[in-house]
Amino acid sequence: MNMQTGKTLSAAEAALCEAYDHAVGELPGDAAVLAARDTLISDFKQAGLPTRRVEAWHYTDLKAMLRALPAFDPAASAAKASPLVEGSTVLSVVNGVADARGAAKAVTVRRFAEALADGTAAEGLTARDADDTIGRINGAFVRDGFVIDVPAGTELAAPLEIQAVQNAGQTHTRFPVTFGAGAKATVVERHLAAGQNPAFVTTLSDISLADGADITWIILQAQGAADTHLGEIRITLGTDAKLRLYVVNAGGKVVRQEIHVVVAGEGSDLKLRGINLLGGETHNDVTFTVGHDVPNTTSTEVIRNVVFDRARGVFQGQIRVAPDAQKTDAKMSCNTLLLSDEADFSAKPELEIFADDVQCGHGATVIDIDHTQLFYLMARGIPENKARAMLVNAFVAEIVEELEDEPLVEALEGVIAAWLEKHA
Amino acid sequence: MLEIKNLHARIAEDGTEIIRGLNLTVKAGEVAAIMGPNGSGKSTLSYILSGREDYEVTEGDILYNGESILELDPAERAAKGIFLAFQYPVEIPGVATMQFLKVAMNEQRKARGEAELTTPDFMRRVKEASAELKIAPEMLRRPLNVGFSGGEKKRAEILQMSLLEPKLCVLDETDSGLDIDALKIVADGVNALRSPDRAVIVITHYQRLLDYIVPDTVHVLYKGQVIKSGDKTLAHELEANGYADIIGAAA
Repeated sequence: MNMQTGKTLSAAEAALCEAYDHAVGELPGDAAVLAARDTLISDFKQAGLPTRRVEAWHYTDLKAMLRALPAFDPAASAAKASPLVEGSTVLSVVNGVADARGAAKAVTVRRFAEALADGTAAEGLTARDADDTIGRINGAFVRDGFVIDVPAGTELAAPLEIQAVQNAGQTHTRFPVTFGAGAKATVVERHLAAGQNPAFVTTLSDISLADGADITWIILQAQGAADTHLGEIRITLGTDAKLRLYVVNAGGKVVRQEIHVVVAGEGSDLKLRGINLLGGETHNDVTFTVGHDVPNTTSTEVIRNVVFDRARGVFQGQIRVAPDAQKTDAKMSCNTLLLSDEADFSAKPELEIFADDVQCGHGATVIDIDHTQLFYLMARGIPENKARAMLVNAFVAEIVEELEDEPLVEALEGVIAAWLEKHA
Repeated sequence: MLEIKNLHARIAEDGTEIIRGLNLTVKAGEVAAIMGPNGSGKSTLSYILSGREDYEVTEGDILYNGESILELDPAERAAKGIFLAFQYPVEIPGVATMQFLKVAMNEQRKARGEAELTTPDFMRRVKEASAELKIAPEMLRRPLNVGFSGGEKKRAEILQMSLLEPKLCVLDETDSGLDIDALKIVADGVNALRSPDRAVIVITHYQRLLDYIVPDTVHVLYKGQVIKSGDKTLAHELEANGYADIIGAAA
């Protein structure tokens, strides 16, 4: 493809364009897929990586942060990890290669590589809008992932874990998942690093809940300290659908997780809970938009951030209520525990309300450890560092406990405790 | 066991002096009651004993078993056996009561070079002690002090005290907010801990608690000093006549 662009590309931008030119001959996909890829990369080349001048990326200057692309390391091996919750069905993507074996019988699973090859994936290879850098890069480069269908009425007894393990280099995966009417399931989307060398990962989940589906979806991002992780999840909620979405960030150097929800069915309910555990030099951005497009829907968003060292965190949350979406009830809160003078957190709530009979609100707080609580724990003989860790843990454990699914709660609390052990 | 010598202390933030030359000795095996009107420094004294950093000692010393504890932080003091039963126990959402008890017991054991408790051993101890104090297992399944009534919070404090087996127990207005049944349960819990190698300081406004926890000595605190000491009859005298006479005599 033509590399003339008229403007200077950064090293990472040039590397991405070059990588595309090198890969295009062997990227999976029929003609429609290739056409979609070409469009995305050409749009990418036009726009480049976003800078702070792009409003949606104001707090995450990806162009400045992404200096170079990590090199592919042919020797970098990776292996599946044991599942987050014992007894889960695991579908793994190891260094970008998906393995669809082991799926539960009740669920239809095939590799995304196949959907690319036969062209059924072409339709989804689009950017949401001009700011959808993640959608563009992912769509241009995606090679594998899973297409999952949980049929109507299916109730999964054990969690389904989508496990992506990466060791250096880059990988681009996609997970379109449909939940049929009345389906009930817990899905864990888990991103892990298998090595120390930097990796560049984009991942896009595209999920739809049909009428009355009741789904818990956990995104657990635990990349390595040198990794760039760009994640996106697109969600459509049908009538009376219920989604509990937990986003847990516990790793990575440059992380952006976008969450875009279309509330399309009356009576539906979204609960977004975010836990961002940030330490070292991490830059972590969670960007959320929800569009309440129909009447009588509810959403609550609770984001808890724990920020150590020189880490920086961002939460952008946008609630849009369409003119017809009367009786919408949407509440968003973002609470941050800043644990170092050099730590930083930016919260940007946005409400765009075009209906008049709604309940919408947002709040953001930044706090320090409560000294009375700290004294109380220490007065019982718990040393200061341990007491602090308990209080930090309590700050986030509160929302994990809302899950009321004991093995899952325990597993997530284990992840949080292990992270705090390392960083506090 | 405890010797407070010419203690002066102030609020760290604004420098207000609260304790002004306080002297007090409490022997092992003794139950000492500290009484006094509002604002005399009773609660401040309990916080200073347990090492709360909002207060600064400017003069004098606190000796515990002959050693100054002023340089020790609250956790170190607790590990040495000093326990404060809070007037207002602190609610900590997100910290499970059982987990808290286990961590506290084991951290103290670790600090003393003892082996950690096994889970069955820990469970057995909690079960026994909570039965004594009529604490329902459901209460222990809640986050620490969250949603506890006033009486439940005070009983939970005494539960912690009996599990941690401290050497010096400081009860800061443990009777406040308790009905008579709860008061008896709490007093029984404290009395069960009375022993020749343990001292108890009972801070209270009222004689009522002292009917159930009978003190060996009674000290009247006023404007940050002990202005009168006596035996249990002093408490009755205060109940009958109020503080005015004693304050007048001391002034």
